[in-house]
Amino acid sequence: MSNAELTLTEDGIPLKQKLAKTTALQRRRAFLLTMPLVLFLVISFVIPIGQMLFSSVHNDKVSAVVPTFAEAIIQWDGEGLPSEATFEIFVKDLAKAKKVREVGRTVGNMATRINYEMPGSRSLFTSTARKAKKIEAPYKENLIKINKKWANPAIWLTMQRAARDITPAFYVAALDLRYDEEGNVVRADELYQIYLDNFIKTLGVSALITLICVILAYPVAYLLSVLPLRQSNLLMIMVLLPFWTSLLVRTTAWIAILQTEGVINDMLVFLGFISDDGRIQMIYNQTGTIISMVHILLPFMILPLYSVMKTIPPSYMRAALSMGAKPMYAYRKVYLPQTLPGLAAGTLLVFILAIGYYITPALVGGEDGLLISNLIAYHIQKSLNWSLGAALGTILLVVVLILYWLYNKLIGIDKLRFG
Amino acid sequence: MLKFIQEKRKAIIYLLVAAALVTLLSGTYKAAIGFLLVFGVPLYFMSKMPDYATTGERFTRYMFLVISSSILVFLITPVIIIIPLSFNAEPYFTFTEGMLNLDPDAFSTRWYMDILHNGMAAPQAIEGWWADMWENAQWVRAARNSFFIATVSTIIATSLGTLAALGLSRPEMPYRALITSLLISPMIVPLVITATGMFFFYSQVGLAKTYWGVILAHVTLGVPFVIITVTATLSGFDMSLVRAAQNMGANGWTTFRRIIMPLILPGMISGALFAFITSLDEVVAVLFIADVEQRTIPRQMFSGIREQISPTILSVASILVLMSVILLTVLELLRRRSERLRGMSPG
Repeated sequence: MSNAELTLTEDGIPLKQKLAKTTALQRRRAFLLTMPLVLFLVISFVIPIGQMLFSSVHNDKVSAVVPTFAEAIIQWDGEGLPSEATFEIFVKDLAKAKKVREVGRTVGNMATRINYEMPGSRSLFTSTARKAKKIEAPYKENLIKINKKWANPAIWLTMQRAARDITPAFYVAALDLRYDEEGNVVRADELYQIYLDNFIKTLGVSALITLICVILAYPVAYLLSVLPLRQSNLLMIMVLLPFWTSLLVRTTAWIAILQTEGVINDMLVFLGFISDDGRIQMIYNQTGTIISMVHILLPFMILPLYSVMKTIPPSYMRAALSMGAKPMYAYRKVYLPQTLPGLAAGTLLVFILAIGYYITPALVGGEDGLLISNLIAYHIQKSLNWSLGAALGTILLVVVLILYWLYNKLIGIDKLRFG
Repeated sequence: MLKFIQEKRKAIIYLLVAAALVTLLSGTYKAAIGFLLVFGVPLYFMSKMPDYATTGERFTRYMFLVISSSILVFLITPVIIIIPLSFNAEPYFTFTEGMLNLDPDAFSTRWYMDILHNGMAAPQAIEGWWADMWENAQWVRAARNSFFIATVSTIIATSLGTLAALGLSRPEMPYRALITSLLISPMIVPLVITATGMFFFYSQVGLAKTYWGVILAHVTLGVPFVIITVTATLSGFDMSLVRAAQNMGANGWTTFRRIIMPLILPGMISGALFAFITSLDEVVAVLFIADVEQRTIPRQMFSGIREQISPTILSVASILVLMSVILLTVLELLRRRSERLRGMSPG
């Protein structure tokens, strides 16, 4: 027996046991302290996001409107046209659904859902639904008589796909793919390829913004780190004040500055660089988005760089120089490697924030400055294709989470500091 | 100042000659003033270089200062420039001829009055003006909403966040990395995604278009800042103080109230300020979740910029800049106090 097991505490329990008990108690106590917030975030944040993920693959607009038909068409083998019985169920379901007024469960909702996959089919459903009550047997024949589009097997295949509540259809759309007449996944027509292009554009713009931020932040952070404290505190205000100023204030300021009738254009005209009618369009386009986003995100690059540079002793560079290294060589071999942690932190942070940006592009982006977030918001608020918005959001979320994981791995989120 | 002129006599003479050249070439002294600002101010920050430094080295260092200070100017200008612009007498977003000549008639406070008048039933009436302003003025309503929502969410975020930070900074904390990343993630996940999810979920449980829905969202978004600042304060915390208190018979609550809380208070307050400003500045969640009833200042600015952009927005923005200046000052004072408490800097 070892010594620790022999040693007893005052109440006669071996010390080892007692210690284990106390440690367990402390672990539980620490854990319980975080629980209220964890539970709060689960309700206010995790479940909502989970719900969004779910609605990207879940859409019951067909099965909710024509439930009996949805069950029947899923059984169909997809050869030719569905059976007479299926047609009968469809017509009867449609007639019943026509009376429903509840939002989200009308024929219009179902028609919109199918229209996503088969553009131009919306009116087919709404017009047929109006006549559904009067259609009699033989249903197949009479339905086709009303509109010969019902004889096209493609529409029934589309309905079969849409009848399933769990569907990959919105990811297919979000990746610029589509189903062809036989139900195979193919590339969408050139004209409809907007999402992938936008993703690539968003990544490109974010990368450019990050690069500009690195170039601008590096000298500033270096200057701040080498100046005496009194002077650097003075200059630090110039970094922190914008950081603390409302995003909308800064965006408004850039509109005032960059407008065609704004401060910069006025100045250029005044100095005679451009003529009065040759004013440059600098806002409401991609240039405006990039300028204002660089301005907004620059402090996120300067602050981590500064906090790393501050810890680098100046004697290292002096030693390298005194031993005969050329300034550029000494900088590359001695200084730069030491700033890499700050550089990585700033780069990842700025890039993560940039790819999800919404407000600035929405206000100053015009047509070509819109990023993927704006498309997501458009589908949630305007076109009301929630599932597609959710699918686009999920793809963006995956990209961001991978970068977040990388950040955690490389730097550790607990190292994040402000000011 | 005199020392500065003495030290950099030669450079100053070069600069003045160059400025004179600029005046001659452009034909206006205003360009020379700009030139002196851009190239003169960095000179002040140029430290004394060793005597053996070559002219090339001096020039490189000077150019580095010019470049870095222009970047700093790029950062600060947009924030500062809107303040004079907001006093424009004309409905323009630029400096008028009169403003540049400092003509008093070119300046006015009409856009500040407009903040109050916008939406009022009878802005010219004397009877009941205050009640009318308090009830009907759009910006005043938005400000009331903003401050109410921000205050409530700050209180919730700070109390829950501090509690969690206390747990996270204990050495025995299990799953620390996992839980920390969860608690920080609202800051990382794009706002549009968070807002979309909340919009879906809150609509189902009847929280959408209510004050509580917006508050819940803002607490979520403010929590990461509280966690980050409070854990930062706790990282320099001397745990033996807690053990000493417990040794002397203090229970958990007393220890927290008498020992931990006074020491981490600066961190808690700066975390609370972060949460407050986050809520005050947040617009995406408000766009998705709130109704007209819950309009906040940034929401009002957002539609103002989109629909009918007028210098009223600039005056609102100027007031907000003033608020950030006050906030920054408070934060700086707190930081100094916290460093003093932890004995990190003298005075």
